[in-house]
Amino acid sequence: MSTPAAVVNVGADLLADAVADQAVPVTRVDWRPPMEGTETDLATVAADPRRAAANARALAAVLEVTATLVDVAPASELLGLEKGQFLHAGPPVEWERASGPLRGALMGGAALEGLVDDPEDAVALFEADTSVSLEPCHHRSAVGPMAGVVTPSMWLWVLEDAATGRRTFCSLNEGLGKVLRYGAYGPEVLTRLRWMGDVLGPLLQSAVRTVRDGAGPIDVTGILTQMLQMGDEAHNRNRAGTLMLLRDLSPAMVTTGFETGDVSEALRFIGGNDHFFLNLAMPACKLALDAARGIDGSTMVVAMARNGTDFGIQVAGTGDEWFTGPAQLADGLFLGDYGPDDANPDIGDSAITETAGIGGFAMATAPAIVRFVGGSVPDALATTRRMHEITLGENPRWSVPILEFQGTPTGIDVTKVCRTGILPQINTGMAGKKAGVGQVGAGLVTPPAEIFPKALTRLAELSRDFRRSSRDL
Amino acid sequence: MTQTHVELRRGAYADSVTLLQVSRTVQGIAGVAAAQVAMATALNVEVLTEMGFDVPAEATPNDMVVAVRLAEDGSLDAALAGVERALAESTQRRASGATEEAAPRTTAAAFRRAPEGVALVSVPGANAFVEAMDAVESGHDVMVFSDNVPVEQEVRLKEAAAERGLLVMGPDCGTAVVGGLGLGFANVVEPGPVGIVAASGTGCQQVLALLDRAGVGVTHALGVGGRDLSAEVGGLATREALRRLDADAGVELVVVISKPPAPEVEAEVRDAAASLGTPVELALLGAGHPDLTQATEAVLSRLGREVPSWPVVGSAGAPSGGRYLRGLFVGGTMASEARIVATGLLGDDAGHTFVDFGDDAYTTGRAHPMIDPTLRLEHLHRAAEDPDTAVLLLDVVLGHGAEPDPAAALAPALSGVRPPVVVSVVGTAADPQGLDRQVRALAEAGAEVHLSNAGATRRAVELIGHLS
Repeated sequence: MSTPAAVVNVGADLLADAVADQAVPVTRVDWRPPMEGTETDLATVAADPRRAAANARALAAVLEVTATLVDVAPASELLGLEKGQFLHAGPPVEWERASGPLRGALMGGAALEGLVDDPEDAVALFEADTSVSLEPCHHRSAVGPMAGVVTPSMWLWVLEDAATGRRTFCSLNEGLGKVLRYGAYGPEVLTRLRWMGDVLGPLLQSAVRTVRDGAGPIDVTGILTQMLQMGDEAHNRNRAGTLMLLRDLSPAMVTTGFETGDVSEALRFIGGNDHFFLNLAMPACKLALDAARGIDGSTMVVAMARNGTDFGIQVAGTGDEWFTGPAQLADGLFLGDYGPDDANPDIGDSAITETAGIGGFAMATAPAIVRFVGGSVPDALATTRRMHEITLGENPRWSVPILEFQGTPTGIDVTKVCRTGILPQINTGMAGKKAGVGQVGAGLVTPPAEIFPKALTRLAELSRDFRRSSRDL
Repeated sequence: MTQTHVELRRGAYADSVTLLQVSRTVQGIAGVAAAQVAMATALNVEVLTEMGFDVPAEATPNDMVVAVRLAEDGSLDAALAGVERALAESTQRRASGATEEAAPRTTAAAFRRAPEGVALVSVPGANAFVEAMDAVESGHDVMVFSDNVPVEQEVRLKEAAAERGLLVMGPDCGTAVVGGLGLGFANVVEPGPVGIVAASGTGCQQVLALLDRAGVGVTHALGVGGRDLSAEVGGLATREALRRLDADAGVELVVVISKPPAPEVEAEVRDAAASLGTPVELALLGAGHPDLTQATEAVLSRLGREVPSWPVVGSAGAPSGGRYLRGLFVGGTMASEARIVATGLLGDDAGHTFVDFGDDAYTTGRAHPMIDPTLRLEHLHRAAEDPDTAVLLLDVVLGHGAEPDPAAALAPALSGVRPPVVVSVVGTAADPQGLDRQVRALAEAGAEVHLSNAGATRRAVELIGHLS
């Protein structure tokens, strides 16, 4: 035992001063009381003998996954989705509680599937609730941006973890503006979706399979590594990722035998949609996070998702239970004449990117968009650093050059959120609150604070059960 | 017409020591009759209510209360400006030396940034376990200064540390010296042949002070917390501390300072001690056991060192009235040692009192009396005026962490009081407060100043004897 090289002081400053007076360096923790009412549960969970190892295992499981692009096919084939079955973003919700943009997307989806001719007529269909059913994407290994509506005829990306064969799914991105995922369902929206089903989906399927069977499937995790060094944070900026995907797919697209006019239109569509890669980033994040599901004792968040009404999280150590609270309004910039009164509360499964440590968590690497979401470059650096306070570790593959290539903050720890009161920072688009409007802006949002103490309470209950049962043995 | 102002600041936070200093600064502003800036804990709300402030019912422990009562000529703006200034000064100090990176918010985050060193935890007791576990789980020794930590949390923390070969000093550990670095309330000592394991903070400081006087240095003094040798905790930290000291080539003799352990734990500790290559001296505190001064003398004899005569400066006269010995202490072990020594000589239930102002009952929501002397000074004033008081017996504890100049407030309070005053000043020659200067100031105020607390107590008892 020798003289300590340094001291970490948490508590009275005076004791830190006494150490500093002895010429030993002191790190002063900026300690503040935890979220109200969490002290007992925090102590219970901290005492859980499984926690440290479970969290280490959960983090390692996430970091081990490499997501590869292996196929594109209709949801009916991949998920067995049948007419009348609708997937949506976020935790479970019924039509009565569904927000405007989710209703709009469901109405458009019903028209796309031929359940009604006019999307407006779908309202009665959903109100009757006899021939339709709603289910979260997350319950089917899928994720969907914004409203996240998936119907049987929609084509989905298929991502696979080569090591385990596990798969996740996500729809193809429609572009910005008046699009189904923002709740728009006008004729131009449906026309685009039909083209995506008739032309884009089959073309991509052919190209993806050609690449997969030739040089090997595209490494989506690897593209994420590169795009994070090219100014994308993979939630609100996917420009570099989209172009890299296009680079990898376009040679195969032109040799598919599809009409050159269709190929040209597909290439133009992808190249003109800076968010096209988002729908690959999201399932790649989910594929990684799903590896940590069901690890008893782990306090790591494995999903954050919003349905426009509720914000929900799932945690590695609490099975498939959702902990929900009211979705918040984003703070940011509005398109055109839209203002805060036009915006719907937070919606979409895209917060899976933040759950995996990118998006808002990697804001420092995307200075180009900080003003778009209403911030400054110093804010962006501070945000990424702040997220390290509530995460279990860093992702060595996804690094941020401006922070000396520090890995992205990975594995949100429920206990750390409750201890610090620091909420996960999410970059997001804003949908209009009225069905049919579409996107009205983009900005920054956080989950409702109360869902973390809720999850903590459950973790504490399970921890007490565990100790009781291990005593009984 | 006086004016009362109470405001709630949602989500604002500063630690209790800082707020105490802020409150004191604001109380000193001209035109302010009373002021208290505090977190709205149940105890603080009670204190505020007693002061006549009406705290809004919606206040939670996470809110800061600013309460000010103005004198007739007082200005609320000036008072509130004073609050802002005092709060800003307290945070400025924290910010100085910081890089552009914000300070870490948890112990885990701090160690992730710089994975070296030990943790020093002094957050409120209900929160201490979580921070200490951060240190242990990231492979660091930890000292837990906080008190009011539930015993089951202490056990879990020490089990987790034992699994990893780490040392938990505490909870309720006031003093440690690790390789010369003082943590908490600690005296400046030379390196030397003695290694200490202490379940008592001020008990450890008394031994450090006496050894220093005898010219014997200390390699490490490892605190383990007052409950470590209880049946529940089972000496988990004591065993690790013994192992560490045994492994240190510089340690020739280990001293264990503790209240008498639970019998089954005592047997285990004696076994553990017997298995070491280094001899172990058990200094157990309690009736029928040697006091700390005698224990230190035994250590010196065992090391073959000369036992010096313990210094006494000044001289207390015979009491002029009253019947009782009034002991007012800042050190918990100083208070209990004085009680044991005095009742051994005067008998139980003789009406003499030995108050420990560092006891939980006095410190919840308030700084320790070794940092803030206000509460003891109030009681001292009352005891000195009380015609029943025959002799006043006090302690002053020096070292890192303690107030910078205790005699500055205590000497004037002692000057001219009727009862004779005996004080033990527990400190080493190199302590930042200046041992000689403190002793001189108190002696000049009329007190008789001892280095040995047991010696001071015997002297006070002797003075009581002059009454009959």
